[in-house]
Amino acid sequence: MGEELRLSIAADVDVVEARQQGRALAAVAGFSSGEQTVIAAAISEIARNILMYAKKGEITLSLVQNGDRQGVSIIATDQGPGIPDIDRAMQYGYSTSHGVGAGLPGAKRLMDEFDVDSVVGRGTTITMKKWRRAI
Amino acid sequence: MPIARRRQRRSAIQSALTDADLSHLREALIAQVGRSRCRGVIVDVTALDVMDSFAVRTLRDIAHMARLRGAETVIVGIQPDVAFAMVQLGLTLKGVATVLDLEEGLAFLNRRTEERFLETKPKRPSERG
Repeated sequence: MGEELRLSIAADVDVVEARQQGRALAAVAGFSSGEQTVIAAAISEIARNILMYAKKGEITLSLVQNGDRQGVSIIATDQGPGIPDIDRAMQYGYSTSHGVGAGLPGAKRLMDEFDVDSVVGRGTTITMKKWRRAI
Repeated sequence: MPIARRRQRRSAIQSALTDADLSHLREALIAQVGRSRCRGVIVDVTALDVMDSFAVRTLRDIAHMARLRGAETVIVGIQPDVAFAMVQLGLTLKGVATVLDLEEGLAFLNRRTEERFLETKPKRPSERG
């Protein structure tokens, strides 16, 4: 696939940049404008989580293919404090930062695949994918 | 600035906003409600690319704070794609008025401020008496 975009997330302008780049990539992959917005919203949530909890990190966007299905992959990594209780963090409305608590569970709802890998004191990696619906 | 009534404040969001921009908008609008003694606030989000949890919370805060300051808020111009993503994210603007576009927004506020006036009107004779 080749196309891979690495974006550093260290300020709130980077959140906007990441979701705009994600939308552009989703358009390249052939997603509808509604799905492009869904992907952009998911990126916005996880990028903000990086800022809130780890202060800085990175988001990698790429096109992926599974058979004849095309999709986008979004990997968010940080070397922040990690998530002590992933089950709770995935509960809607649960937040340790006075947020809405919609970040992780919200992004999960928006995507087809969602995986959290986190080690306390080491950091967090979130991998999420969305696949284009077969017509 | 095309404000139909002096007692309404219109805020058109021109492009994608950062979290800091949204917080600034909230602060500025609430200050303006007091300064211009306006009774209605219209926030036009037609140009907003995404409404995520932070944006939704900030809009809700604006509406609730404005109400505490005596002004009604209406959000206009949520795009179909944005509404689609909001619903999937599980985000609601509960307690906040939303209408299709600016024209509807103005009509809504005119009605609401009129209603408020009528609500307070019957009390007046007894106050005098």
